[in-house]
Amino acid sequence: MKKRTIRADAIYYTFVVLFGFVMLYPILWLIASSLKSQTEIFGNAASLWPSEFKWENYLVGWQGFGRTGFDVYFLNSAFVTTFVVIGAILSSSIVAYGFARLQFRFKKLLFACLIATVMLPVQITLIPQYIMFHNIGWVNTFYPLIVPAFLGGTPFFIFLLIQFIRGIPRELDEAAIIDGCSTFGIFWRIILPLVKPALVTVAIFAFMWTWDDFLGPLIYLNSADIQTIALGLRNFMDAESGTSWGPLLAMSSLSLLPQFIIFLFFQKYLVEGIATTGLK
Amino acid sequence: MKPTQSTLNPTLKMKSTKGSIRKDLVAYLIISPWLIGFLGLVIGPMIASLYFSFTNYDMLSPASWVGLENYKNVLVNDPRFVQSLKVTLIFVFVSTPLKLVFALLLAMLFNTGRKGTGLFTTIYYIPSIIGGSVAIAVVWRQLFGREGAINSLFASVGLDGLNWLGDPTYALTILIILVVWQFGSPLIIFLAGLRQIPLELYEAASVDGASSLTRFFRITLPMLTPVIFFNLIMQTIGAFMTFTQAFLITKGGPMDATNFYAVYLYETAFEYLRMGYASAMAWILLVIIGVITLILFATSKYWVHYEGGNK
Repeated sequence: MKKRTIRADAIYYTFVVLFGFVMLYPILWLIASSLKSQTEIFGNAASLWPSEFKWENYLVGWQGFGRTGFDVYFLNSAFVTTFVVIGAILSSSIVAYGFARLQFRFKKLLFACLIATVMLPVQITLIPQYIMFHNIGWVNTFYPLIVPAFLGGTPFFIFLLIQFIRGIPRELDEAAIIDGCSTFGIFWRIILPLVKPALVTVAIFAFMWTWDDFLGPLIYLNSADIQTIALGLRNFMDAESGTSWGPLLAMSSLSLLPQFIIFLFFQKYLVEGIATTGLK
Repeated sequence: MKPTQSTLNPTLKMKSTKGSIRKDLVAYLIISPWLIGFLGLVIGPMIASLYFSFTNYDMLSPASWVGLENYKNVLVNDPRFVQSLKVTLIFVFVSTPLKLVFALLLAMLFNTGRKGTGLFTTIYYIPSIIGGSVAIAVVWRQLFGREGAINSLFASVGLDGLNWLGDPTYALTILIILVVWQFGSPLIIFLAGLRQIPLELYEAASVDGASSLTRFFRITLPMLTPVIFFNLIMQTIGAFMTFTQAFLITKGGPMDATNFYAVYLYETAFEYLRMGYASAMAWILLVIIGVITLILFATSKYWVHYEGGNK
């Protein structure tokens, strides 16, 4: 590698810091503006420091608009997200084990199907799925959002775990077979404990994407008392008549908080998960 | 499941047909969650969707067969469809390359071995995590609003503000900026790819007196092509499906300037309940994405270089 000069370092760090600031500006702006008064949000729009901290935006926002408070939206989001994470972990780990380790008829064909569904646009199944869930009476319940997760609904997770399991030495399985372990026993006692880091990655992605999801809840959750935060914010956004930007921005900030916390704690796994699946 | 006689003796089991049927059954049981989901939530719905695309169906009365009429109406008689396809294609073909160029340039910058790379990668990745959320849509609407932060920055340097989201010329650009801003995951994939390139290649090139530009075009870029290809496919398909931002920030407007395919499809299916028509649109989308993916795969053999054994 080339010898580096102090000047090159200075240019590098100046650029990286300035660009990083531009990258984060919208998020910093959101947090700052959530503490501004209505007049300042518009009068002093670009600044990142409120002249007076309006903490009550958070209290007012928490009440929501209309009859539903944000406590309801948060609980609903937490409920859906928890079950989707559990479903994703359970279904994708066992299915990935099957594809990575077992031999069966039509395996190649089914694996090709799995990979194809990673790239399938959601729009193609959206309408018939809706009609189906409508016909079995699941519209306006959490089932359409949760049940698919238990059925390997995000093939990307299965793919990620297959890649990971392929890296585990097969000798471990063989030793377990000699010790009298069943096929399922190998999964439970050998593979599952070793695949934990990858499962953390799956759990984080499942959390992030479900927490963020807007289209699913928009289609399936009609009544306010079962809606998620994404919809709560949308309702708020549509209802605000130019008087409650502060509370709206406060609730927007709050909606990102769980994602930030998870991100801060587990970013290593997220980065590894992306890097490894990208490379195959 | 308890260990049984047959699993205790794997060699024997593999030879007998009876054992292999049992083995198949166990394997199918193990992949059954996905298999059920695949049949019930993907293949079944796809067949249903294909059927609906040949019908008039509003969910209130039974579907009535109309043959190819939906396809004809979408492709020939629907200017809004043409418009939505046009803006979607512009969006895909502008935002995806821009995103990848940003990701690659920054990955190369971060790959110079300076301290703090991890921290900056993390910071640059944050927008990718939350960029699709409603909260960020709220932010974008305000940032680029008439009295928003961007116009206030304009005013501070003596420029007139613009009606960013209300003007068809700018609205699409604003949504492209939002998506390009989320270049974090291709950045991380590029960074991992760069770290796989053997340093000896660069050393050998330096000995031969290759300039840094030559090294980039002769070593870095060719070695990265598999990763570029992967990012290109994933980002292109993702861009076609963009919905939330356009739906919330511009509501498809002004004058359908941001009426993305996914937004128009949603509106047709779930606001007007024209399920048959929307199903035809979904299949046309699948064909378009399929054709573009095939073209990318077909051309890839001319520019994607795999090292031996890494196919």
